[in-house]
Amino acid sequence: MRLSSEEIEILKIIEENHKISVETIASMALCSEETVNQTIEKLEQAKIIMSYPTLIDWSKVEGHENVVAMIDVKVTPKRGVGFDEVAGRISRFSEVSSLYLMSGAYDLSITVEGKTMNQIATFVSEKLSTIENVVSTTTHFMLKKYKHDGVIFSSDNEDKDRRMVVTP
Amino acid sequence: MSLEYNRYLSQTAKELQPSGIRKFFDLAASMEGVISLGVGEPDFVTPWSIREAAILSIEQGFTSYTANPGMLELRQEITSYLGTRFGVKYDPTNQVIVTIGASQAIDLAFRAILNQGDEVLIVEPAFVSYAPLVSIAGGTPIAVATSPVNGFKVTAAQIEAAITENTKAILLCSPNNPTGSTLTKDELLEISKVLKKHDLLVVSDEIYAELTYDESFTSMASIEGMYERTILINGFSKGFAMTGWRLGFLAAPKEFVEVMLKIFQYTTMCAPNMLQHGAIEALRNTYHEVESMRNSYRRRRNFVVQALNQMGLDCHTPGGAFYVFPSIRATGLSSEQFAEELLMQEKVAVVPGHVFGESGEGYIRCSYATSMPQLQEALKRIQRFIESRGVNPKKDTVECHTPS
Repeated sequence: MRLSSEEIEILKIIEENHKISVETIASMALCSEETVNQTIEKLEQAKIIMSYPTLIDWSKVEGHENVVAMIDVKVTPKRGVGFDEVAGRISRFSEVSSLYLMSGAYDLSITVEGKTMNQIATFVSEKLSTIENVVSTTTHFMLKKYKHDGVIFSSDNEDKDRRMVVTP
Repeated sequence: MSLEYNRYLSQTAKELQPSGIRKFFDLAASMEGVISLGVGEPDFVTPWSIREAAILSIEQGFTSYTANPGMLELRQEITSYLGTRFGVKYDPTNQVIVTIGASQAIDLAFRAILNQGDEVLIVEPAFVSYAPLVSIAGGTPIAVATSPVNGFKVTAAQIEAAITENTKAILLCSPNNPTGSTLTKDELLEISKVLKKHDLLVVSDEIYAELTYDESFTSMASIEGMYERTILINGFSKGFAMTGWRLGFLAAPKEFVEVMLKIFQYTTMCAPNMLQHGAIEALRNTYHEVESMRNSYRRRRNFVVQALNQMGLDCHTPGGAFYVFPSIRATGLSSEQFAEELLMQEKVAVVPGHVFGESGEGYIRCSYATSMPQLQEALKRIQRFIESRGVNPKKDTVECHTPS
């Protein structure tokens, strides 16, 4: 879909911060609030705006730590539908947070989230491995998150403003 | 027994006025929880690949002096950058010096061209160090005042009216600190006619060249007949978010560079080796990051200008840099009173306009190189402050100047 420069401007602004008010977006993009509302609605309907996620570092919240695993999966593609059918099936499991078709040594890259390692192990052995066309799985548990979706999970806060209060 | 120190000090140095910004910094720095719009530098940290290149160069042992005018590799990148971005061609072997910030480049330019009594025109409101640098070099700074009527842009007629038989040069800064005003190619053409007619030099401070928002930047050196009479000043501080690196450069006809290089080699020797490696990376591989920062500043500018106008502080739309320069006359306060009372009452730091010269009185400089949440909060506080002064918000946005 070809978008106008104004529509792209609005997308860039809400990509940076989706909580920003319509009024503020309008002043930043030099357009009316009505245009902002119409554009957002249009782009939501066109599935260009997919969702408004909030990125939370659950590892910092006591009692809410998640276990995350990345699983490499080899599958046998099916005539007529290739990888799409099996990928579609796997993607519907609530444990699966992302799924990509990859080039290289394996076919599907799956990210799975669970409360415990045992929960993920059960998912892999009982649900994923038993799907027809799944040939093999290799599970990598994520030990620490340093960067996710372009956001650095850092303790030494690089975003801290180290500038003096007034400078030339 | 103590010395009579005054007797030993240089008369020129003694007569220099301390920067008004410094005085205001001391006041603001003593307070907790201040939101600062007083910062003349990017809020972005230097792009990582530039930092990484400098770190790597230290690891590899690049800790020696470089050639006086800077590493040839960096000078080649600089001339390639100036040619590609602004259409001005220089020879990296004898027309470029890598300096300790753009400020040193301006200092070198004045020391190289001025004799006692030479006058230099300075377009006001102006960056705080311009006039003192002229004085230090033995010249006399002559202010050419601009006003918001035409967006604080200096006109050819204003320049011509200020020229005397002692005028040697003009210092132009576009986009400008503190007003953000940006001269178009046509406006530079008109100015160039006057400068050629009166045989004047130009020290062209183009440090904000990467931060123009409404039209592409034109370098004075690219205007016909101006290359030979222009000392072009630029650097990495603003566009590449590298203020603390103190890396700038100048480019000029080799006859000027030869003289400036003599002063530079006796006073400085060369810019730090490892930082020059970072600068090479900046010019080679970080343009997409510069563009991303520019887009962010542009959006914030739009927001801030509209908010200030709506609350009743007339503010022209600047074409570049990251400052707005709204009028605070509606409050009945001087710019210094306004800045001090705003700081005390609402804990927002802005810079009073008078520190940029007499024509800056009645205005304040607000930098929008600050995150959107901080800007939104700061503007709320400014609105509350001016409402307490009886200034009524406007229903419609009224601007003194809108770029074409």
